[in-house]
Amino acid sequence: MSDPVMMMPKRMVELEVDGQTVKVFEGETILDACNKVEIDTPTLCFGETLQPKNACRVCVVEVEGARVLQPSCSRKAEAGMKVHTNSERVRASRRMVLELLASSVDLSTTSVAPEYLEAYEARPEKFGPQAPPDTHRDHHRAGHSAVTDGQLAATVYQGIKIDNELYTRDYSKCILCYKCVDACGEQWQNTFAISVAGRGFDARISTEFVVPLPESACVYCGNCIQVCPTGALMFKSEHDLREEGEWREEEQTVTTTICTYCGVGCNLELHVQDNSIVKVTSPPDHSITHGNLCIKGRFGFQHAQARDGAKK
Amino acid sequence: MDIKLLNVAPTEDEKEAVDLLLGPALSGWDGGERDALTDTRVAEGGHESREDRHLLLPVLWAVQDRIGYISAPALAYISKRMTIAPAEVYGVASFYMMLATEPTPPRVLHVCEDIACKCLGSDDLIATLQERFGPEGAVSADGRSTWHRSPCLGQCDRGPAVLMMEAGLEPFTRTYAPASTATALAVLSEEEGVAGTEPSEPYQLGDPSLRLLRRIGVIDPLSLDDYRAKGGYDALRAAVSLGPAGVIREIKDSRLMGRGGAAFPTGVKWEAVAQQPARPKFLICNADESEPGTFKDRVIMEGDPCSLVESMTIAGYAMGVENGFIYLRGEYPEAERALQSAIDQAYDRGLLGDDIMGEGFTFDLEIRRGAGAYICGEETAIFNSIEGYRGEPRSKPPFPVEKGVFQKPTAINNVETLINVLDVIRRSGPGYAETGTTGSTGMKLFCLSGNIERPGVYEVPFGGTLRELIDLAGGVPDGREIQAVLLGGAAGSFVRPDELDIELSFEAVREAKTTLGSGVVMVFDDTVNMHGILQRIAQFFRNESCGQCVPCRVGTVRQQEALARLASGKPRGGVETELELIAEIGGCMRDASICGLGQAASSAVESAIDRLGVFKEGAR
Ligand SMILES: Cc1cc2nc3c(=O)[nH]c(=O)nc-3n(C[C@H](O)[C@H](O)[C@H](O)COP(=O)(O)O)c2cc1C
Ligand code: SF4
Ligand code: SF4
Ligand code: SF4
Ligand code: FES
Ligand code: FES
Repeated sequence: MSDPVMMMPKRMVELEVDGQTVKVFEGETILDACNKVEIDTPTLCFGETLQPKNACRVCVVEVEGARVLQPSCSRKAEAGMKVHTNSERVRASRRMVLELLASSVDLSTTSVAPEYLEAYEARPEKFGPQAPPDTHRDHHRAGHSAVTDGQLAATVYQGIKIDNELYTRDYSKCILCYKCVDACGEQWQNTFAISVAGRGFDARISTEFVVPLPESACVYCGNCIQVCPTGALMFKSEHDLREEGEWREEEQTVTTTICTYCGVGCNLELHVQDNSIVKVTSPPDHSITHGNLCIKGRFGFQHAQARDGAKK
Repeated sequence: MDIKLLNVAPTEDEKEAVDLLLGPALSGWDGGERDALTDTRVAEGGHESREDRHLLLPVLWAVQDRIGYISAPALAYISKRMTIAPAEVYGVASFYMMLATEPTPPRVLHVCEDIACKCLGSDDLIATLQERFGPEGAVSADGRSTWHRSPCLGQCDRGPAVLMMEAGLEPFTRTYAPASTATALAVLSEEEGVAGTEPSEPYQLGDPSLRLLRRIGVIDPLSLDDYRAKGGYDALRAAVSLGPAGVIREIKDSRLMGRGGAAFPTGVKWEAVAQQPARPKFLICNADESEPGTFKDRVIMEGDPCSLVESMTIAGYAMGVENGFIYLRGEYPEAERALQSAIDQAYDRGLLGDDIMGEGFTFDLEIRRGAGAYICGEETAIFNSIEGYRGEPRSKPPFPVEKGVFQKPTAINNVETLINVLDVIRRSGPGYAETGTTGSTGMKLFCLSGNIERPGVYEVPFGGTLRELIDLAGGVPDGREIQAVLLGGAAGSFVRPDELDIELSFEAVREAKTTLGSGVVMVFDDTVNMHGILQRIAQFFRNESCGQCVPCRVGTVRQQEALARLASGKPRGGVETELELIAEIGGCMRDASICGLGQAASSAVESAIDRLGVFKEGAR
């Protein structure tokens, strides 16, 4: 959310990151400081338009004097802090976080995954062959788990949910970054159609009693798709093209235009492949809409073209 | 907010359970009768009902207690009454082990499968239940009963333990410990006359050196008069004559350290809360006691409940706090009944509420029942749980003294910590500090369990040795040898039999790289299969992780898998490789997890590997 208007000029704090002195505004995070001196920091649950949930822990850094590593995306910079982003301790935790995720989640459409996994020399295969999908996953009892012989690495794999014509939910790809929940709920959409349910390894994004989206409160604004970093939430059009092996991102063009359905005038980014719109995003850095749209801007393109298979 | 609800009405019973707690619905807007004329002009509910969000867990309990599970229509009705989206209500309900969201019989027997009970035969009990009643979750022929495995029920001094929860018009929950197979089966089949447990009596009963336990087994816990006849409420009177600042000074002088596990100085916490300008402020007693092997708080609450009410009243007075909660784990029905009686009597006598003892200060106190989640003992998770959210820890800073429950300044203390306040007032701060060691003043309660002659709660001054404590409890039965001792619970660490001369004080155990944690001393003799114990500890953390952060959510699972491979003799790439893997996972959990659960989830396992050498060549 945008900061309230500040009447006083913001004060600066000076800290040290990997030996370099950095000045940032009071209230900015260690991540902001890292960005300022161009130190690459992996992030997954951080979203520029959302309050950080700091759940993934891939962005951790070492702060001298702190007992444990700190999430750079949400820990505020403090004057005199000495931060290390590349110590063995930091690298080991980041690597393990990536290995834990890659061994339990399908990261095939997480765009940053290959780069991160390589940079940290992650070897998710060390946990052994992956367990097959569990169709009962949405119904596990909290606080219970079956005894395991450990020979298969547990995964979050389950069937993909296709229950409407607009977007698909493949929670086998979900890293539980909470961004969709926050976008749907109090931070943006105020619809609260989805929540985290269950707990521990069984925690999952769900509607009430796992009802299909059309029976839920969902208004198909697609603001959850916009923030999802993994492709767990995906335009049906993109999903279908990928299934057909026809998704060719490198060939796509992106055209920015203004939505004409109402007077608000939201910015749209139309992703076009083979002369047809395949998905719609909205610029997250827009000062008014922050990447959010409504069903008309997000999915109304289906009226502008008769894409193969598009029904209405 | 868009609320879209199922168009299925709740049953009369479900509706009544909700309405009894929330009061009748006011209009069609919040689930009541629709009045076409008024309801189309004025919308009620909304903001006001959302301010009541903290009632969500009590409402979910009301339905659980009445029906045995929370059905979709009941959940939709709750959602409507409270103006909370159904997905959120479902997210909260499905977080807790004791709340069911799938059809479940009204009677559920929770059977402890945790480590102390393992030493006392719970594996056999579970095997027999599986054979004679049916597998976990199987429903009896009359559809009324089922059973489930449960983490530690806080009855480790008399395991194996079971807990029967019966839903209905008059819901009833009762503990049976120790539970023979015959008892468990009789309870499952609703046989009459199976006696529940009585409050534990300390073996030190009558010992004049007792301070914290001195009234337990001596007074009638349900009688405030009895409590007062044995010195009860003298401390509150003394506190009032000291004045709020005086009380805090005594607490600081006493150097009382928190007994909930983190050993934080209580006086510092209280002073910080007292100085906060924001209003209102809150006091929470952390009575979630779910660390496996811990049952000291239960013994206090069952045996001397008024002392907790008095301590909290003093704390409230000292910090200028007018509202207190006791966050009590749902598995403690006997403690809940005792505390509720203590609170009710205190209100009747003007010892709670407005103008206490005519001294012009106010303190209100209520119990909040947890619903089966170890993580809800973590202080910030408690806040979320009380507020009606999922019991996920928050990130710190901000710290509770500044922004705690309802984002207001909050002091949160363990039961045992609070009870010590009475002793501080009685002896003065410096007088209190004469007992114990420099860094650990006063008396300490230890929970002895496992293979020990006289399991139970023991009260000793800080500074004795582990050996003396084990001897006090009669040592290991049948002349067997100690294999290992678990200090501090599942989040603590194992020590070897040649380390028993370790001094029991916060500073000495820190030096020895172990912990007192919540005061658990669990003894394992040489017949115990440590692989089984470690696997259960690993499973405990897997089951209890809130699931918020990756290191803990997935790390606990990978740790459990690696231990299972080692225990079954099928390590991947050799034992050494597996041990390295466990250390790597542990490092990340300790370093990168959000809260203490993940940070300590590998502690006992790694100590078993490093200190006990459990997976060394030739070890069992
Ligand atoms: C996973 C976890 C579980 C905890 N459970 C409890 C508990 O059941 N009771 C308790 O008093 N403290 C528990 N704590 C410690 C509390 O967070 C907190 O430190 C304590 O209640 C503070 O009280 P004290 O200062 O009186 O010790 C737990 C901590 C963690 C990380
Ligand atoms: S499409 Fe919009 S309303 Fe539907 S779940 Fe996503 S964010 Fe919520
Ligand atoms: S579905 Fe996407 S946005 Fe939602 S929690 Fe999973 S990965 Fe994050
Ligand atoms: S460490 Fe575990 S219990 Fe704590 S916040 Fe992370 S997932 Fe939740
Ligand atoms: S990006 Fe910082 S914790 Fe996820
Ligand atoms: S009651 Fe069974 S281990 Fe504590």
